[in-house]
Amino acid sequence: MPLSKNDLDAILLTLELASLTTLLLLIIGTPIALWLARTDSWLKRPVGAVVALPLVLPPTVIGFYLLVSMGPNGFFGQLTQSLGLGTFTFTFTGLVIGSIFYSLPFVVQPLQNAFEAIGRGPLEAAATLRANPWDSFFSVVLPLARPGFITAAILSFAHTIGEFGVVLMIGGNIPGKTQVVSVQIYNHVETMNYAQAHWLAGGMVAFSFIVLLALYSGRSTRMRTL
Amino acid sequence: MFGFGKAPPPAVHDDGRIRARFLVRHPGFTLDVDLDLPGRGVSALFGHSGSGKTSCLRCFAGLDRPQQGYLQVAGELWQDSERGFFLPAHKRAIGYVFQDANLFPHLSVRKNLEYGQRRIPAAQRKVALDQALQLLGIDHLLERMPSALSGGERQRVGIARALVTSPRLLLMDEPLASLDLKRKQEVLPYLERLHEELDIPVLYVSHAPDEVARLADHLVLLDEGQVHASGPLKETLLRADLPFASDEDAEAVIDGQVCAHDAAYDLLELQLPGSEARLRLPHAALPSGHRVRVKIKARDVSLALNRAEDCSLLNLLLATVESWQALDAQMLLTLRIGDQRLLARITRYSFDQLGIHAGQALWAQIKSVSLLAP
Repeated sequence: MPLSKNDLDAILLTLELASLTTLLLLIIGTPIALWLARTDSWLKRPVGAVVALPLVLPPTVIGFYLLVSMGPNGFFGQLTQSLGLGTFTFTFTGLVIGSIFYSLPFVVQPLQNAFEAIGRGPLEAAATLRANPWDSFFSVVLPLARPGFITAAILSFAHTIGEFGVVLMIGGNIPGKTQVVSVQIYNHVETMNYAQAHWLAGGMVAFSFIVLLALYSGRSTRMRTL
Repeated sequence: MFGFGKAPPPAVHDDGRIRARFLVRHPGFTLDVDLDLPGRGVSALFGHSGSGKTSCLRCFAGLDRPQQGYLQVAGELWQDSERGFFLPAHKRAIGYVFQDANLFPHLSVRKNLEYGQRRIPAAQRKVALDQALQLLGIDHLLERMPSALSGGERQRVGIARALVTSPRLLLMDEPLASLDLKRKQEVLPYLERLHEELDIPVLYVSHAPDEVARLADHLVLLDEGQVHASGPLKETLLRADLPFASDEDAEAVIDGQVCAHDAAYDLLELQLPGSEARLRLPHAALPSGHRVRVKIKARDVSLALNRAEDCSLLNLLLATVESWQALDAQMLLTLRIGDQRLLARITRYSFDQLGIHAGQALWAQIKSVSLLAP
């Protein structure tokens, strides 16, 4: 058996984390992207820059600030404690929150591009055909932005699977709870267990290749919105 | 934003007319119009690009919200900024035809047509899908995607899509501007049929004098965001203080009724309403009694005191001098034949030689007549 129970747990946990993060990010990212695509407000550029920060910051920096704010003395930690939720550091919930910040630009940017590419025309046509704003969002914007949503979902999923620094800072290394594949590979290497590391690392390479292949195969329709 | 829980729109007195007042200020451009338009027929908003035609139309649609505005259509209030009332676009019973058709690219022609129709209550559906398909000749396109349509087809689908929402006001933003001449000729007859067969008032934005002369009943001339003139088409075209009449290509539009056709020479004969006068022009036969419009350029009309017996001109009509206007070395005369008016441009020299005075009867020698609406 090349994979231990811990390895399998790590794989499952990683997939769970990536799926949940992607789902939540699509819900959170859509209104942000819509706002960024439509607004003329002076806040557009600052907000866009904040959303893009995780692209350039080392993941340990994001992890560090999240650890501090979610910890017992942090603002967010105090809030969750006062609500009787305890603190989210070193929990799966904490990992999801961290991943959302970490992968935010990979969802917002393709969606924003997709919404900008749609322009005002189809929305105005929908309005003159009696569709209220909600109606036109679901009947016109969503279907027209579908390639953008697919790109955003693939990128967010793949990027979350590949995270390491943020997880290590706020999740630690608890088997079955916060121990994801990238951390498990690190564990194997630390204990000189190269064979196990190869199985997981090779799996990651294969997985990433397949994801990117899927992404580029849909290039004609999808990459336009990237 | 959605207007939930708001009071119903304030009642207004319904005189069947369309009343609009819009004030839109942008840096470098101000639209300030006050319009009183007939509640039926085609009203053209005419002007150069940048004159504010499209801005004005977007205010009618509710796509733009003017800083100050009032709009009343068919007895319904759509906007009154003094009372803080603004009906959003999706609550106005309008049909909007965009310059580039603006069809939904992800929906087939059928789904595009049904999009608006499904969103109005069944009881309000006065224009049936079949009727619109037949009127615009697009039944064979139903299952196609917009990307597989030609420009002219797309525009016809766009018009049908607006019609099947049974609008109280049809707004058309240069529907022919993006088409080449051939496609224009393809779509124009459908626009005319619309005019004849449906009783929906139309606001038609255009910068092409030919389209306006052919389609419009009422003419609004916009210039730099202001209303330069507004009135019935024929009278407005003749007004000497407007650029139409002083233009080199000034023309009069005249109504006629088909009364005969000479098959041997392929000449169509038209009776002018309110007089015995008849016009002849080379054209294929049309059904007798059919109403048509012709235009006659001012420079194609010359004047004579006596009827010229031996000349090649087909149309020599007795007309009465109504008024005139000096344009440099030339005179622009308005003549009356029955209840139709004609423009003639002659030199000031000829004017004096003929001793022209108001009420004088003269022979109008018409060199060329062209049919606008067959």
